[in-house]
Amino acid sequence: MTGSDGAGLRVAITGMGLVTPIGTGVEAVWESLSRGRSGIGPITQFDTTGYPTRIAGEVRDFEPELYMDRKTARHVARYCQLGLAAARMAVEDSGLRPSTMDPDAVGVVLSSGAGGMEEIERGHRMLMERGVSRISPFTAPMMITDIAAGLVAIELQAGGPNYAVVSACASSGHAIADGFEVIRRGDAVAMIAGGAEASLTPLMIGAFCQLSAMSRRNQDPAAASRPFDVGRDGFVMSEGAAVLVLEEMGHAASRGARIWGEVLGAGASADMYHFTAPDPEGRGAARAMRAALRKAGIGPEDVDYVNAHGTSTQLGDIAETLALHQVLGERARSVPVSSTKSMTGHLLGAAGAIEAAACVLAMDRGLVPPTINLEDQDPQCDLDYVPNRARPAEVRVSLSNSFGFGGHNASLVLGRGPSANAKGA
Amino acid sequence: MSATDPAPAGEPLDFSELQRMAGEILGVDPDRVQLDVSFARDLAADSLDLVELIMAIEDRYQVSLPPERLEGMRKVGDLWEFLQEQHGAA
Repeated sequence: MTGSDGAGLRVAITGMGLVTPIGTGVEAVWESLSRGRSGIGPITQFDTTGYPTRIAGEVRDFEPELYMDRKTARHVARYCQLGLAAARMAVEDSGLRPSTMDPDAVGVVLSSGAGGMEEIERGHRMLMERGVSRISPFTAPMMITDIAAGLVAIELQAGGPNYAVVSACASSGHAIADGFEVIRRGDAVAMIAGGAEASLTPLMIGAFCQLSAMSRRNQDPAAASRPFDVGRDGFVMSEGAAVLVLEEMGHAASRGARIWGEVLGAGASADMYHFTAPDPEGRGAARAMRAALRKAGIGPEDVDYVNAHGTSTQLGDIAETLALHQVLGERARSVPVSSTKSMTGHLLGAAGAIEAAACVLAMDRGLVPPTINLEDQDPQCDLDYVPNRARPAEVRVSLSNSFGFGGHNASLVLGRGPSANAKGA
Repeated sequence: MSATDPAPAGEPLDFSELQRMAGEILGVDPDRVQLDVSFARDLAADSLDLVELIMAIEDRYQVSLPPERLEGMRKVGDLWEFLQEQHGAA
């Protein structure tokens, strides 16, 4: 797989760091993905009395002080704690040591959809209850959505291009796309790219309840995220972080790095349709996928696996199915398509990155993770969604979709690494 | 007892409590919080850390540090002196 349209440098994936409701670390996450294990449970982070939705995917037993000193942990929001933890793991996994490199060599694009939501709520509570003088001086830096990227640069001494891309639930899809482009055009040797989200807060959950966008299957949390199933009743919000180390292929090869996979292409588009609802025909989504394939220099016939956005909403799952028909044509029904959100829930601004990691692992392990809770497939969703059980398959090329409120679409085309455990289907 | 619960009225000031609060907020060993120690140089506290510490002290001792005095808070001893002054006045 050359994986390039010849316009730029090749981009390897040399490290991954994951902090999720289905596990912390690559192997723990893979264990859950391959066994079809749900990470959804009752919300424990605040009192949900009176909330129609009382379930989410929480990262349990997270100890920030394993990844940062106590003072830093106190002065950053939870999404930053999760993001820094994932970034440290990813960089360690890659073997890169940014602090010993040219400061311009390694950059960070670390996204979030909502940023430090709990700090906004805390600061606002202090303002209302006790006045302006009781707002913490750390509220401003803690609440902003870009600060995780800055924190990672400080902690890991990575001085290259540094920012967050914000596009709701497509944020970390765009982050990886941007990191890929930065390396392709030669502006950095490596990019720490991904997303972090921790917005399971009273306001955020309440606001999404008011949109009627989330599942209310409170009595059976593990079955709540059920993409493409007739019984689906909305998405399940989750928290977590996923970070990839992207690295210029020649640099990775010259230092003998393990190459997990390759970013072959990325595409982006707008639905031009509605704030929150997808274009019912999936036209914007289809354009993003086609753009990603074009950039990768390959055609739809080369796609072996699709990790769907597949949030488990009524409209979204149908629209994406239609988009996949448009892009894959006759092959649409024979390409395995799964939604790992059935297990992880929806990590919002971290979703694109955890799903890119799921693609990399599917290619590496020769096993496609399932869509769990798919008991009664919606007739309007007529693809092969790999129901309920992981399936051995040789996957050379994966397509990963992320779509966000605002009509933002991001698609990534990822290729298998050279040392993958290729199992024939 | 949390650092933000007000201290009972009439209770004598306790330096070890200031050490404990500063240690917690500045992320240092409380034993390093001594009168002649500089917030910035010795405890790596920046201006935001100092504002956070002073807010906690204000809540705990029901005092209020005038903004113009913030500039003068360079050493732990400056803060302790301010507290004693306020405590004596109460």
